[in-house]
Amino acid sequence: MALFQYPRPLPSEITPKEMYLSRRALIGGAAALSTLATAANAASLQTHPGPYSGNLTPTPHEDVTHYNNFYEFGMGKADPAARSQDFHPLPWTLEITGLVRKPVRLDVEQLLRSAAMEERIYRMRCVEAWSMVIPWDGLPLASLLKDADPDPRATHVAFESVLRPSEMPGQSDGLSGIQWPYVEGLRLDEAMNPLTLLALGVYGETLPNQNGAPIRLVVPWKYGFKGIKSLQRIRLLDHEPPTTWNRLASDEYGFYANVNPQVDHPRWSQATERVIGAHSLFGATRQPTLMFNGYGEQVADLYRGMDLRKNF
Amino acid sequence: MPSEGMFASRARSGMLQRHWRVILYPLGMIPAGWLVWQGQHGALGADPVNVFERSLGLWAFRFLLACLALAPLRRFAGISINLLRYRRLTGLLAFFYASLHVLAYVGLDHGFDWTVLWTDITHRFFIILGMSALVLLIPLALTSNALSMRLMKRRWKFLHKLIYPATVLAGIHFFLSFKTLNSVSEPYLAALALLLACRILPKRRV
Repeated sequence: MALFQYPRPLPSEITPKEMYLSRRALIGGAAALSTLATAANAASLQTHPGPYSGNLTPTPHEDVTHYNNFYEFGMGKADPAARSQDFHPLPWTLEITGLVRKPVRLDVEQLLRSAAMEERIYRMRCVEAWSMVIPWDGLPLASLLKDADPDPRATHVAFESVLRPSEMPGQSDGLSGIQWPYVEGLRLDEAMNPLTLLALGVYGETLPNQNGAPIRLVVPWKYGFKGIKSLQRIRLLDHEPPTTWNRLASDEYGFYANVNPQVDHPRWSQATERVIGAHSLFGATRQPTLMFNGYGEQVADLYRGMDLRKNF
Repeated sequence: MPSEGMFASRARSGMLQRHWRVILYPLGMIPAGWLVWQGQHGALGADPVNVFERSLGLWAFRFLLACLALAPLRRFAGISINLLRYRRLTGLLAFFYASLHVLAYVGLDHGFDWTVLWTDITHRFFIILGMSALVLLIPLALTSNALSMRLMKRRWKFLHKLIYPATVLAGIHFFLSFKTLNSVSEPYLAALALLLACRILPKRRV
C-alpha cells in the first residue's frame, strides 16, 4: 500500500489483489498511458484535488465498484460488476453536436491524460433511497461545452449512452420495457453549473466498466439515474429532451429529479436514506436526506420560483 | 419376501409421518436463520437491510405459492397427499415470513419511525397492498387449528378462501417492488397466473 497512498484512503478499504498487482505493473508513468487502451483493469490517473469536496468520508472502494445500478448489464446490484467483462470502453469518441458553433469529437484516451483532471468527492443519492460518497476524477462539463461554443438558441442538453447488445447483456432483455440506448437530459444552465462533472475515473483510477467506463455524467444534486454512464453523444437542443426513466414511468421519475426530501417517490419516502457500507444487518444506518443532496448553496438559484413538487 | 431395505424405507416414511411437524416446520424456518446469519457476517452485501427485507418478503410469497400449488399437484399430477396438513404448514410459514418481512421494514429499515411509516401505510398503494395481504393472513393463521375447524364448520372453509386474495395482493406488491418486469419476478408471476388458472379450469370427476 505504501506505493499507492491515494488521497483519503480508508483504513477499512481493502484493495483487491489483482488491482494492487496491476497498479504495480503500471507504475512508471509513460508505460501506464500506453497500457490504457488495452488494460482490462483500472489504470491510475494523474489528478489533483478539486473544489466542492467538503469533509466527506468516501464509501469503501469495494462497495462503490460492486453495488451498482447499470441495467445495460442486468438488474441486480452485483450484475454490472459480474457481467461487464466483455465491454470494451476504449477506444472511445465523445461527440458534442447540435446547437453549437464548433461541433467536437473528443478522443477519450486524450481526455484521460488531461492535466485539468480533478478529484471531486461527491455525495451520491440514489432514487431508491440509499446513498454513497464517491471520490470521482473528471472534468467539469462546462469546460467541454464552452469549447464547443453553444449557440444562443440552445436551452437544453441531451445525453446518449451506447447501444451494444453483444457487450451489454441487459440490453437484450426485452421484458424490461426500457428503450436502449439510455438517454438523459439537463437544462443548459444545469449542465454549465460548476458542480456538473464528466467523470473519467473513481478512486484515482480509470472507471471500471460497471461504473460507466470510459466516461460518465455526475450531477451530485440530482438522483443517481441522471448520471448517464458510458456517455457517447452530447447534443445541445432548444427543447427538453426525453429521458429514459421518465419515458418508462413519468409519475415516478421526473425530468429534473433533484434530490428533495419533501417530495416522495410514489412507493417510498425520500425523507431519509440508507447509508451504504455497513455490511452488517444490525449496524446499518439511515440518515436524513438533504435538500439538493446538500448542494443547495451551489444550485438552489437555478430553481428559484419553480414549484419543485410539480417539477420533480 | 420383502427385502431389508424395504423395511428400512417403510420405517423412515413412518418416522416422517409421525414426526413431520418437528422436521418440516424447522426446515421451513432455515432460510430465515440463514438470512440473519448472513446479515451478521456481511454476506448480504452493501445494503444488507434492503436485501434482508426483500428476501423475507420473497420467502413469504414462495410459501403462499406453495400453499396454492398443493391442490393442483394432487389433481393434475396425481400426487395423493394429505393436503390439509401441508396447507397449514405452508400457510403458517408464509405468515411467519410475511410477519418478519413487515418487522424488518418497520424496525430495521425505518427504525420505528412512525411518521414515515404512517404516511407509507396510509398513502402508498404499494405498501397498502402488502399490508392488506398480511392482514388477510392473520385470521387464517389464528384459525389454523383443529378446534377452529370444528367450531366454524363450513364457515371455516369459506374464511380460508382468503388465501386467494392474499396471494394476489402479495403478487401485485411483489411485482411493484421492482422498477420494471425482470427475470427475477417473471417466474413467480407466471407461477401465480398458472395456479389461479388451475382454479378456473372446469372441475371434472376423476
